[in-house]
Parts: sequence; structure tokens; C-alpha cells
Amino acid sequence: MTSPSPRQETHRPEVEALINLWKDRPGNLIMALHEIEKSLGYVPRDISQQLARGLNVPLAQIYEVLTFYNYFRLTPPAKNKIQVCMGTACYIKGSGDILETLKAQLGVQEGEITPDGAFEIENVRCIGCCGLSPVIKVGEKVYGKVKPDDVTAILSNYSA
Amino acid sequence: MQEEWIKVCMSSGGVAAGSEDVMAAVEDELAQRSLAVKALRKMGCIGCCHADPVVEVKPKGGKPTIYERVTPEQAREIVAQHFQGGQALESSTPTDEMFPHQVRIALRNCGIVDPECIDDYIAHDGYSGLRHLLADAGPAGVIEEMRLSGLRGRGGAGFPTWVKWNFANKKQADVKYMICNGDEGDPGAYMDRSIMESDPHGVVEGMILAGFAVGARQGYFYIRAEYPLAIERVQKAIDAARSYGFLGERILGTEFSYDLEIRLGAGAFVCGEETALIASIEGKRGTPRPRPPYPTDCGLWGHPTVINNVETLSNVTAILQRGGAWYGSIGTPESTGTKVFALTGKVKNSGLIEIPMGTTLREIVFDIGGGPISAKPFMAVQTGGPSGGLITKEHLDTPLTYENLQKLGSIMGSGGMIVIDEGDCVVDLAKFYIGFCAEESCGKCAPCRVGGKRMQEILEAISEGRAQMSDLDKLKKLAHAMQKASLCGLGQTAPNPVLSTIRQYAEEYRQHIEDRTCRARRCVALVKYQMELKKQKAAAAPAGAAS
Repeated sequence: MTSPSPRQETHRPEVEALINLWKDRPGNLIMALHEIEKSLGYVPRDISQQLARGLNVPLAQIYEVLTFYNYFRLTPPAKNKIQVCMGTACYIKGSGDILETLKAQLGVQEGEITPDGAFEIENVRCIGCCGLSPVIKVGEKVYGKVKPDDVTAILSNYSA
Repeated sequence: MQEEWIKVCMSSGGVAAGSEDVMAAVEDELAQRSLAVKALRKMGCIGCCHADPVVEVKPKGGKPTIYERVTPEQAREIVAQHFQGGQALESSTPTDEMFPHQVRIALRNCGIVDPECIDDYIAHDGYSGLRHLLADAGPAGVIEEMRLSGLRGRGGAGFPTWVKWNFANKKQADVKYMICNGDEGDPGAYMDRSIMESDPHGVVEGMILAGFAVGARQGYFYIRAEYPLAIERVQKAIDAARSYGFLGERILGTEFSYDLEIRLGAGAFVCGEETALIASIEGKRGTPRPRPPYPTDCGLWGHPTVINNVETLSNVTAILQRGGAWYGSIGTPESTGTKVFALTGKVKNSGLIEIPMGTTLREIVFDIGGGPISAKPFMAVQTGGPSGGLITKEHLDTPLTYENLQKLGSIMGSGGMIVIDEGDCVVDLAKFYIGFCAEESCGKCAPCRVGGKRMQEILEAISEGRAQMSDLDKLKKLAHAMQKASLCGLGQTAPNPVLSTIRQYAEEYRQHIEDRTCRARRCVALVKYQMELKKQKAAAAPAGAAS
């Protein structure tokens, strides 16, 4: 019996296409990572490895970039990502209280995923809807002028 | 101009407030009544963001009316009344008070043109002078107009735009680049987002003219990944401009060839710093490097590069359409033209406004903004975001210019303007900003990486009642060290909100430290401590003593 070598790496054809698209364009790494993040919601290690080979950059350089920027994540996201805006306008209008209410209702801290995988909470810096502050975003939907009391109703729009 | 139209705000703010449902209701109602209103349009942001979703209607021969906070039901009624009844609804429009003081140049097309339609942009004078500027005026002529305009960079630093272009223009090099900085990371500012979403062609045209002036063949839009609608609309605008011959090889039959591409940011505030932004476009970590050499000498991939911000480029287009002297005649002699502010916080009419330089804060907060939103008195305005400071009520009548703001210990910055009232705590605000900068420090230089963190710890101690008065001196020392020794603008300016609040609200800091009280009741630990103290006092008092 042959055990799979630990260095054996998966090979995804869709990533190959992406590599070919960006291969010869300068400054491609971040753009390629954005495309992966967009389709999968995170950047898995095996894809980073494939990308490293395809673009001919060290894996360390890919991780250097992945861990520097807030936008990229290394683990799968929850089904519904809740972003609480902590921009200044939202903050002074009480987005901190909304964050606390969410944490209490879902029983998780920022960055954690609920046991059923349905929700995770993230605090973000200004999503640029300051006129509607305080704002939270669930998936792609933005809710403006949110009060802590609205949290239950908003969450009920989403399921596990 | 069409005789009658109905427009629904479809900017990010509008969509967030439900304008897609409103749009659907309008379409459905028009169809049901078989009304052929030709100009049912998506529009960008007119700036009344607190009133979203906003609907603007103009019947034949009538005046436009703005309706705020429109529900789908109201939208149906508006359609029925305007286009069949021929009457405006009773709906009042207090947002109207936001407009008389404004002079809209950078925002001239926002809420006016359909951002996804190049023909509409052209119908509003877009790309009108391009051929003349490229063929006749030449780079020198373009730069001369910019000199006359006196325009200074609207991204925050206020460096004269024409000087930057001139440096790059004079530099002998085969390859040069032009970059539009659309990575707006300032918490509390969203003018760049709004301009890119509402008038993308205005920025694309500015990029073409800037690229021509500096001698670039390639330009990049660097846009925050968090702004998907802006990315989509700028991409559409680039594609449309290319298909009309405004981009690509030999633009409009001239010798000038130039193209644009989008690169995405990935959530790093430090990438607003131009050398960090360049590293990010190159696909690396966004860490800054010492200047000089400046990007105009050695920028993207080692080539001369000019970086301008979105609002600056939108102004460029207007200036080159109407002439530098026209723009230079607006505002004050040193700070010409207009500035867009994101007026938010504890103010009634919050949104995007554009005012001539030299307008006073009082006009902005009270006339345009309608004053504080609650019963609590106005306290101050925070300008310049994490790099700025507070302007207190004593200075409400100071004309807003780059110089005056600096004199008051704040900066223009990208234009965030957050109104705070007496329900807000300045220690808490200082802690918020330094926390932001500590988190966003790229970590390359110690003054910023360590200094920010230590300042944050001291402010936390103050807000939790664990500090001594001597800590204030430590805080100031750290602040000055960071200002002097940090590598880039992020670290150099991060202490500003802290120093500004200590200077202007010394008594509040003293109360936090010595009395362990927070006047605004925002510092939770102190509120709890005071309640505990009260309970203990009550318990210690002999029974019946109170009666």
C-alpha cells in the first residue's frame, strides 16, 4: 500500500485557468487571490500552493500577503457573515452596543463561528454608508440606522 | 435635458436603505398606468444620505421635487400624483436646506447623470474638451491650467496638483504611470466611494487628462475591494470610454495612447500612503518606504508615477472643462476651489456636501447640517479622521482652509467631518482613533508599531480609572516621539487626535483620572465605579438619615 506523500498537492483546473489569465500581468498576486477569495470565500492552503507553482512565487510570499491584508481569510467563512461597522460615525452612534447585542444573542465572540456554522461576527472599519449610521452588513445586505432592539428581527431573516 | 423624469438613488447608501424595492415599485406603477415616462433612471448620490431612499421627480414644465425616506407604497403614490394628477405630494423636503450653501464641482454630476450610461455623461459636457486638450493644448497647456486653478490634492496632504504633474512631466523616462487612489480607508469618509459610484466617467476623464499631462501610457485605478459597486461602475466606465475611442491606441486620432486598469485594495489603511499603495499594486505587502525618492521620480516598478485621489481627479475634469482661472476664483487665495465633506455623526442632515473653501464650520454644521440631531448641545467637530483633531465650538466661525485647520491643530484630511455633542466622551474618541491606527500600523517601523500600542494602553487605563496624572505626560512624550520618528504619514499623524483632545479638553482628562468620572457616561468602567460608590455611600449612611 502506498500512502499519499505529504507533498502531494491537489490540482484544480479552475485555478489553472485563473493562473493563465494573470500569469503574465504585472502585480498579479493580489488580484489572483481576490478571485479565489471571491469564488470560495477564503483562500485554502492547497490553492495557495498551486498558485505559488503557477505564478512562480514562493509560498511564503503568498502567505506574507494573505496575512497582511484584512480582506483575505485562511479558513472557510460561516454561512452568513455579519459585519458591524466600526467607522467613526457608526461608533459614536452606538455600533459598539450593536456588537455587544449580537455577541450575546449568538453566543460567540468576534471572529468566531456559531456551532451550527450559520453566523459569524466581524467588526469592520467603515463600509462607507455613514449617512445611515450605525450600519451592519449581513452577507451583501446592508442594514442602516440599526438599534440594538432590531438585532433579533434582522437575524430572523437568516437561517442555518 | 428631458422634460420629465423620475430618478431613484441607487448609490450604496440608497440601496442599503431599500431603493431597489422603491425602483421596482416605480417601474411597476408606471407600467400599470401605461405611463411613458422616458427618463426613469438610476441616479447616484445627491448627498442627502440620511434621507435615503431618495426619489427625485420632475413633471413636464414643473420643478424637480425631492422626496425622502420613500417607501415602495409612497413611490407608487408619487408616480400617480405627478404623472397623472400633475401635483406634488404634501411631502415636505427639509433636505432642500442642504443645497443653497453648496457649490458642487467634484460632485457636479452626482445624482444628475446615470453613472452607467456614457451617452448621458457626454450629454452633460463629458469628454467635451478632450480632443482639443490632447491635440492643441498639449501637456504644458494642461499643466498651466492646473497651475492657474491652484488645486491642491484632496486626498489629505494638500500638495499642489500641478507641481506633482510638472515633476513627473519633466522627468525623462520611457515608462511612466498614473494612479488613481480609490482606497478610501478613513473611517467616516465616503466621498470617493460616492464619486466613483455616481460619476465614474468624471474620474476616468480626469485620469486620461492627468496621464496625458505626465506622459503616462498606462494608468491604474486602485480601489477598495470593500466597494463592489464602485468597482463595477468604474470598470463599466473604462470599457465604455475605450469603445468610444477615449482610451486605447491613438486616442481621438492624436499621438497619445493610454489605457486604464483596475487593481483592488485588500483592506489596509496604510495603503493610503503612496509608497505603500505602490507596493500593493505590485502585488506585495503594503508597507511604505522612506521618501525621497518620491514616486514622481521612482514609483511603480521603479518608474515615475503620479498618484492622485478620486476627488482631485473629478475636480481636474471640471477645471479643464471650464478653465483654471474659473476654479481659482472660488474659495480663498491659498485654498482655492471647493472641498467635499462627509458630514456625519450627531447632526440632523448627514450626507455628502461640497462647499467653497473659506466656508465656516457654523454654516456647515448649522445651516447645511441643520444642527445637532438630539437635544444635547453641540460640542465639537472632528475633522481629518484618525490623522486629524477636534475643532471646538469657540472656533465655529473660522473659515475652513488648509491653513486654518492646521492652525487649530487639525487637518483637512480626506474630508471626514464628524459632529459630536455633549453625549460623547473625548477620551473615548481618542482611544477609538489610536486603537484604529495601532491596528492598522503595518509594523515596519517601531515608533508606530510600539508607540501606537502603548498610547492605546494608557488611554485604556484612563478610561478604566487605572491611570495617574503623570500618565498624561507619558502619553504626550509618546505622541511626540511617534510624530517625529515614524516612517510614514500613518504613524506621524496617528497621535493627532490624542494631542488635540488633551490640549482642548484637559479638564475632562483630569476628571477621568482624578475623579474617576466620565461626564458623558461612555466609559463603562467609570460609570460602574461611580454607581458602586453611590451604593456604598448609601449603605454607610445611618438608617433613616436621608429622611
